[in-house]
Amino acid sequence: MKKPIIILFGISIINMEIINFLQYSFVQKAFLAGSFVAVVCSILGLFLVLRKMSLIGDGLSHVSFGAIALGLFFGFYPFYVAIPVVMIASFFILKISEKAKIYGDAAIGIVSSVGIAGGVILASASNGFNVDLFSYLFGNILAISNTEVILSIVLSLIVMILVYVFYWDLFSATFDEEYAKTTGVKTNFINILIAFLTAITVILSVKMVGVMLVSALLILPAVTALQLSKKFQVALLMSSFISLFSVLLGITFSFFLDLPTGAMIVMMNFLFFCLTFFYRKVFD
Amino acid sequence: MNEIIIDVKNVSIRFGQNKVIDDISFQVERGDFIGLAGPNGAGKTTLAKAILCLLPLESGTITLFGQHGARFNYFSKIGYLPQKNSNLNSIFPASVEEVVSLGLLAAKKIPKVITKSDQSKVRKTLGELGILKLKNKMLSELSGGQQQRVLLARALVSEPELLVFDEPSTALDPASRNNFFRLIRTLNRKKGITIILITHDTGYIGNYANKLLYIDRRLVYFGEISAFCKPKKGGHFFEKTDNHIIWHQHN
Repeated sequence: MKKPIIILFGISIINMEIINFLQYSFVQKAFLAGSFVAVVCSILGLFLVLRKMSLIGDGLSHVSFGAIALGLFFGFYPFYVAIPVVMIASFFILKISEKAKIYGDAAIGIVSSVGIAGGVILASASNGFNVDLFSYLFGNILAISNTEVILSIVLSLIVMILVYVFYWDLFSATFDEEYAKTTGVKTNFINILIAFLTAITVILSVKMVGVMLVSALLILPAVTALQLSKKFQVALLMSSFISLFSVLLGITFSFFLDLPTGAMIVMMNFLFFCLTFFYRKVFD
Repeated sequence: MNEIIIDVKNVSIRFGQNKVIDDISFQVERGDFIGLAGPNGAGKTTLAKAILCLLPLESGTITLFGQHGARFNYFSKIGYLPQKNSNLNSIFPASVEEVVSLGLLAAKKIPKVITKSDQSKVRKTLGELGILKLKNKMLSELSGGQQQRVLLARALVSEPELLVFDEPSTALDPASRNNFFRLIRTLNRKKGITIILITHDTGYIGNYANKLLYIDRRLVYFGEISAFCKPKKGGHFFEKTDNHIIWHQHN
């Protein structure tokens, strides 16, 4: 009789811990903002992976480092500076790869390294905000402010609405850009739209997982969903759920195990990828 | 004379220093089945893409269904079957039904939605081409011939008045190729769809097309295939083997 009582006692302690955990306002804010950002990242990420533009997220996150440094340097709220700067950078990547006889990955490399270099120079010149700036390298969603929660939800909703409105055009231009043009899809506009939406998504993700890990949020849920999906809409849904669960589990485990939140979210995503990869190897 | 649906006037196209199309003019009538032929690098695909308003012109004009190419917006009137698999991404998780639905976007306005009636159209087209049972399959799981039919379904689903095919038989075995060509001849004769078909196989096309447009950067021949087949016509343009094949296939 002793064992079941001990188990029940253990479960009730865990339940109490979880209930207490969910009552913290910083946890609620992290769950709320994290859920929106997770879904947006997974949706955009699927388009980026299928367009072979996965690393644009990495490049833009490095630009956001420079842009946040710029904001801190001039005493502005960093995200208000980062949003326009990263959007301009995404447009710049698109245009130099189209017009300047430079491959997309090289264009990303240029913009990315200039972003980091700018951030380092500003940090060195100021001597005052290094701690603030470097906290953005690995993010911390548990320290998210009310303004950042609202900003995350509003911007995520804008991205979701735009993806819904242009869903078929995005799908067509991603599947076969040339054919899409013959059906009247404005592919140049769609390319700019994807670049801008990626810029917004990257900025939102920086607070969650940090500059260094943003691309994981864009890439991992998408490639995990691609292991199993045979339909685009299914891939989008699957990618969203994987991303959402990874964020929720990542935040929870990081709290209880006292580990960095951003890194735990990425590891949860990677765990899902490994599970689907092996599932496919065994059952396909 | 039938209605002119494509009017190409003095069109030249240049890629950098390279002039790939040089001062070509011709007119396509409604109901024509035109074989667009020429040697490698002759500019066949470039010309077809220019007709589809996918490429800018260096000079000249293209009028499509009475609209100037640069302002063309009757996209639902045209169907395009690109060179097999040239742009397809093998890991793309697109089902056959989703791929064929893309052919309906031309007639839609933002926000574009695929309705129940659109889905019925897609299934009807798949049924007509005998591939309805593949609707939930991923495109990359299919054989070359099946993929070709799916892409044909995508081109046909909007009930276009003009179909442009870019070397559609490249990946097909002889039996599938015969079936495919018979199918598009039926579309041309029974539904009156105008067809432009790019091909290397100048001999084979003689069995199906009524006109031949032969280019080698410049226009070499445009007219009835029957006239082209007479050895005197254009004899100086081609190798003897080309004439020989066309003559016999046409018979």
